[in-house]
Amino acid sequence: MALDNQKNREFKVVGTRPDRPDGLDKVTGRAKFGADAYATGMLHAAILRSPHAHAKILSINTQKAEALKGVKAVVTRKDFSTSVTGENWNVLENVMAGDTALYDGHAIAAIAATSSLIARDAIKLIEITYDIIPHVTDVDKAMENGAPIIRANAGDGSVPKGMHPNVVRYHESGHGDLEAGFSSADLVIEDTFKTEATHQGYIEPHACLAQLGGDGKGELWCCTQGHFQVQKVCAALLDIETSALRVTASEIGGGFGGKTAIFIEPVALALSRKTNRPVKLVMSRSEVFRATGPTSSTSMDIKIGMKKDGTITAGSGIFRLQGGAFPGAPMEFTAMCAFAPYNLQNVQQIGYDVLNNRPKQAAYRAPGSPMAAFAVESVIDELCNQLKLDPIEVRLKNASKEGTKASFGPKWDKIGLVECLESAKNHPHYSSPLLEGQGRGISSGFWFNHGGETAVSLALSEDGTAALSVGTPDIGGSRASMCQFAAEELGIPYEKIRTTIADTATLGYNEVSHGSRVTYATGLATIKAARDAVKKLCARAANKWEIDEDAVIWEDGCAKPSGPNAGSFEPMPLAEITKKMGKTGGPIVGHFEATPEGAGVSFATHIVDAEVDQETGKTKIIKYTVIQDAGKAIHPSYVEGQYQGGAAQGIGWALNEEYIYGDDGRLQNSGFLDYRIPVASDLPMIDTVIVEVPNPGHPYGVRGVGETSICPPLAAIANAVSNAAGVRLKELPMSPVRILEALENKA
Amino acid sequence: MNKIHVNTEVNGDDVEFLCDTRETLLDALRDRLNLTGAKEGCGTGDCGACSITLDDRLVCSCLVLGVEAEGKSIGTVEGIANGEDLHPLQQKFIEYAALQCGICTPGILVATEALLKKNPDPTETEVRYWLAGNLCRCTGYDKIIRAVMDTARDLREAS
Repeated sequence: MALDNQKNREFKVVGTRPDRPDGLDKVTGRAKFGADAYATGMLHAAILRSPHAHAKILSINTQKAEALKGVKAVVTRKDFSTSVTGENWNVLENVMAGDTALYDGHAIAAIAATSSLIARDAIKLIEITYDIIPHVTDVDKAMENGAPIIRANAGDGSVPKGMHPNVVRYHESGHGDLEAGFSSADLVIEDTFKTEATHQGYIEPHACLAQLGGDGKGELWCCTQGHFQVQKVCAALLDIETSALRVTASEIGGGFGGKTAIFIEPVALALSRKTNRPVKLVMSRSEVFRATGPTSSTSMDIKIGMKKDGTITAGSGIFRLQGGAFPGAPMEFTAMCAFAPYNLQNVQQIGYDVLNNRPKQAAYRAPGSPMAAFAVESVIDELCNQLKLDPIEVRLKNASKEGTKASFGPKWDKIGLVECLESAKNHPHYSSPLLEGQGRGISSGFWFNHGGETAVSLALSEDGTAALSVGTPDIGGSRASMCQFAAEELGIPYEKIRTTIADTATLGYNEVSHGSRVTYATGLATIKAARDAVKKLCARAANKWEIDEDAVIWEDGCAKPSGPNAGSFEPMPLAEITKKMGKTGGPIVGHFEATPEGAGVSFATHIVDAEVDQETGKTKIIKYTVIQDAGKAIHPSYVEGQYQGGAAQGIGWALNEEYIYGDDGRLQNSGFLDYRIPVASDLPMIDTVIVEVPNPGHPYGVRGVGETSICPPLAAIANAVSNAAGVRLKELPMSPVRILEALENKA
Repeated sequence: MNKIHVNTEVNGDDVEFLCDTRETLLDALRDRLNLTGAKEGCGTGDCGACSITLDDRLVCSCLVLGVEAEGKSIGTVEGIANGEDLHPLQQKFIEYAALQCGICTPGILVATEALLKKNPDPTETEVRYWLAGNLCRCTGYDKIIRAVMDTARDLREAS
């Protein structure tokens, strides 16, 4: 479905800022999140986790635990399917360890008891005999000769011969002649960058309430970005039929990619099956850090050549990502995003997916892209500094635009990078003066965005209102934009539409809320479903008027004759048609079930001013501006919110947040005190500019907005800090310790 | 099992419950009294999602034991609105899109209501430091701070 061919379409509801429909629930404490569900006869569960980074599990003795009064069941790996393969096997291996604990926090066994205190007491009574074996938690060390092999034969065949077995996947892309490119440059800079793993840091820990009987039929309530995915994977892991398990998504207290993965739901279901009682399982914050998320840590080599006039002659990058003890680190995205903002004749990117004794990485907002931008945009900034060129002019000079060839192959469709850069150049922030000790940083960033399987239904009620059912959990206010789409198409007020996140029994399969896809794909689905309903409404009017269906049009919420030739009838409002629909053909419901494939990529440019205290190494963000192409902003307040949220997470990643492992391979900072996400007093106001270059693949021009906002900040902040400190920072986070070290090395 | 009988007051109502001596006040509110507005984000007093008032003092209910509520007066997010009339802070949070996922919102509303009672005319810096114990991962705080500042101004103008 392409962009509506309506030049300068006047929207009535889209682009306005109505109150979100679930606002009341969320400000009164009434909204039900994952841990807010209770059932009669409910048991509470707890999970025993490995304290070792890498250890063979020689024996599990649960006798003492089972003898504790109140304990109803224990499950271990033997309570799950033995026939899963592929990625489902990886998920199962992560949900409950097989014969080896692969990281600190890996689940070994779980208990259901009559209270959560008893369940937590009982797991301490489980006796495990471990054989501790060598571990590795650094991506570069895991690739060295002699590094412990985490899983033999886990590679997918793409890896060049002679590499360590911990390297499990390989990516290569690019075009042109690198050697010729670099030799025609006036300046070539080559450097190595590292970023530590960060956690998505959603405030709501994973939680679920499960019920499964011996008949294989079950009900599951959980906080997730995609309950259809949970249904499918849980069914496989428990050897039950997919349709026999009904999954309802709770309100979700943040996800950012981390709740696209499955961790505890199969465990609660297995315990429920064993006890024939509902089982509630809620993670502690420490469990969230040790066993869910995080993103990959990286090690990257970048080489870029530039002429004195700012023309980039060639660029190459090697990106090594660890994704924990499982294949799947998003190194191909890192590689493909790295040079995306640049129109290069000679470019090459190589990616390695490397195993580590760390938790299985999960998607985190534009997975892989922010790190790539950090490395590449740092080198671009250094080239600009040394050649005394304006960083925005250089980016404009080399910018990707419609028709140029992307660094990873295809030709760009309509994109908004130049518009973002021009907006940045003209923004008052860019020309505002800096004080002593402050530095300014610029960066662009890129993300693909995604469509995906989508099903919605839009049922009209006899009173002229509409019930929209969607299958994508609302992670940031999407109910509001869905109501806006439906109101725009039906021509009835926003308040007359109620959007519900329907369970898996109500709609066809919906891919998870990821890839910035909801406003794009579920939005497109809603428009299509509304048009389907409108077609049916028009048919009812045509029937009444005894004219041809094609002679009826829909305008301002009414059926109307298409012109004088169609006949002369008073416009028939929606409510008039629905009032009689029972007698004129039955219920009127609009549908959409398909896989939209016209997602529009998006670019952003961020401007940051930072101040570095040369004595303590502490950085303060002084001023921040986000400029991003939304395609079309449906609810501008929530678009701004995505821009600001991405920037804030990027600030945390750049300055504070990191997974710190001890020599023993244990995570040292599994709480919010030591893993410090930005708090209100750390941040300034975050200014936003919404650029709108319509996506040709969506009727209103929507691109996704959720992820691109985290692509530029690491680089923009690193550039600001480096310019303030007078020394290039090459490792994230730029904690006071690392900044002081860099300052000392400079001196 | 050795449970203690606790008499307390929640949002103006007398309530009583039995709880284990190890049980937090947060768990007692949620599991014993069905008041699930306060959330557990960390259980260690770092995130503020469980913020309540205890005898008008802002506390993390995950750091208070249920038995400590004996004879006290508790305020939770469920008590902020007056019947069907939302508190001006609640209205402004909706109007300003000061929440995305909404999990931190109950704690932030309890905390900011306590702030405005104490200081009806806070500076932006004062609001930011007061809320430094309430983590929000979605918004970057911008719209939250604006909503609080504007509510404070409206309340001052109305009084």
